[in-house]
Amino acid sequence: MAREIYQAIVDGILVGGVYALMAVGLTLIFGVLDIINIAQGILVILGAYLSYELAARLHIDLFLGLLVTVPAMFVIGVAIQWAFIRPLRGRERTSMTLLVTYAIALIIEGILYQAFGPNYKQLNGWYVTSSVHVFGFYLPYIYLFGFVLALALVAALYTMLYRTRFGRSVRATMQDETAARLVGIDTNRVSAITFGVGVAVTAAGGMVYGATSGGFNPNSGYDLISRLLAIIILGGLGSIGGAMVAAVFMLTLESLVDVWSPNWAIVVFYAALVLVLLIRPTGFFGRQPVRAQ
Amino acid sequence: MKHARIAGLAVLLAVGVAFPLIFPNPAATNYGVYTLIFVAVASAWNLFSGYSGYISLGHAVFFGSGAYALGIAAMDWHVSGVAVFALLPLCAVVGALIAVPFGLVALRVRRHTFIVITIAVFFIFQLMAYNFSFTGGSIGVNAPFLPWQAAIYNERFYYIALGCAVGALVVAWLVRRSRFGLHLRAIRDDEDRARGLGVRAMRVKLTAFALSGAVTGLVGGIWFFYISQVQPPSGFDPLFDLSVVLMAFLGGLGTVAGPALGALIIEPGQLYLNVTFTNGYLSEILLGAVFLAVVLLMPRGIIPTGGEWVTKLRTRGRPVISPPAPVQAESDATKAEAKR
Repeated sequence: MAREIYQAIVDGILVGGVYALMAVGLTLIFGVLDIINIAQGILVILGAYLSYELAARLHIDLFLGLLVTVPAMFVIGVAIQWAFIRPLRGRERTSMTLLVTYAIALIIEGILYQAFGPNYKQLNGWYVTSSVHVFGFYLPYIYLFGFVLALALVAALYTMLYRTRFGRSVRATMQDETAARLVGIDTNRVSAITFGVGVAVTAAGGMVYGATSGGFNPNSGYDLISRLLAIIILGGLGSIGGAMVAAVFMLTLESLVDVWSPNWAIVVFYAALVLVLLIRPTGFFGRQPVRAQ
Repeated sequence: MKHARIAGLAVLLAVGVAFPLIFPNPAATNYGVYTLIFVAVASAWNLFSGYSGYISLGHAVFFGSGAYALGIAAMDWHVSGVAVFALLPLCAVVGALIAVPFGLVALRVRRHTFIVITIAVFFIFQLMAYNFSFTGGSIGVNAPFLPWQAAIYNERFYYIALGCAVGALVVAWLVRRSRFGLHLRAIRDDEDRARGLGVRAMRVKLTAFALSGAVTGLVGGIWFFYISQVQPPSGFDPLFDLSVVLMAFLGGLGTVAGPALGALIIEPGQLYLNVTFTNGYLSEILLGAVFLAVVLLMPRGIIPTGGEWVTKLRTRGRPVISPPAPVQAESDATKAEAKR
């Protein structure tokens, strides 16, 4: 039993790393644009399908394929922001953007169904099926590789945000958009690029998700987005560190409950969110009180 | 003007009542039943979300719970036949009872966080319906057999749904006219200021949420009885939430007639698409596309935008009368009232 629990914790942390990557994209978009991108879940699935197509048709290795899919998803993200998010202004913007991204999610889901059908697909590679023996645990290579990839990308995002000029303008926009515009930051450009980056990481997240989740279909997007939303709210909206901590915490919790009962694991996931918010409405690392309008 | 409005409403009601007599075939009345169910639900949704500005994407919780409550109660208490209709108030009670703890958690936070919590609670309910034994797991619950002939089955349900829809609209209208409704809209405009002016925000929001949940639960019970079965994905359906929100936005958020108008346009369209494109995916894409078009082109909805056009048409050629500058002390709610 103790052994199963240790294994569950290790699994939770490794999978949590991948969720952290996807959640950081989402919370970054929230921080800069003040919107929640409901389409993030289906975009992850889209990324997984792109990897699947590259691997199945052109026999490109999953990790190499990222060199194609990440830029592709970046372009898709910028296009979505430019066409549908940018025009929204005014008092109802919050709910409007939510509905717009929900609608985009529906459209993408429909297109994916049309193209691939409802059958479950899985991504394959030698590292998906074989595993490595460390400290008495059997770990599939993909979990390790995925975790390392997630760490590398999160580190890259962190460097971009805190060590570059562009990152500084992103953080300025997150703090106060009007003031950022006043000091000469092109906030439209910052918004577009941030949305693109937030979507681009879903390509990597989707690839690892597609290889580790044991099968995905267009409907998997709902499951993903609800988890990601729970994670970023728990971490505190707009907090990048919070999203990472919350992702690892939630996935480890789920993995632990899963040892006891797989059916209830996901319920505990949401129940944890509700409980934490009862005590702390701003989440773990909320920047500002959520109550303030 | 007032007489014209009453006459218009009477004509609409007469059309509603006469519809199954003019189109007696079951396919048409089926459209009618579904549309009226959504008229009722969209009005109930608007009663809370449209008036208060708290957008709920979790109303399927009430809808599905109403359906499950009816099915489980009928099964456990061995109620059958027409007597099941006596259990309908139970659906409303269940809806309201779920709304209170749901609201106590969710209404502590605003804007995005509120919306996300409603989504989370929605998924908790769907998963519970899958996992508990008394909900029948993925098989769901079946309704007791109703000894009505096929010919009159749809027609009777049509009138029941019509009664519900009219009832929901009347409730929405009464709330909008009342002091309670004004409180709600004051919360929508500026919650902190409303609290400062003495509105008991939490109590008002929770009451509206419970009222909305009760009506939605009741309609959920009727829907369940009509299609005579419920499974977790049909009772707790994310598309349900989205359709209801789309209806309210298309018609006009926060207006009485808007959500009903939206439902009258969207639900038959959706049913038609489902019948025409049987794989269902194309209708999903189209729903999303319509949604995008509505939000981008007509963000305030048909009723407010249409109202503006009518006013423009009437005052054509006359000098523009600018409204007097708003007094500083006037609250946002009354300003918003004056604009309408």
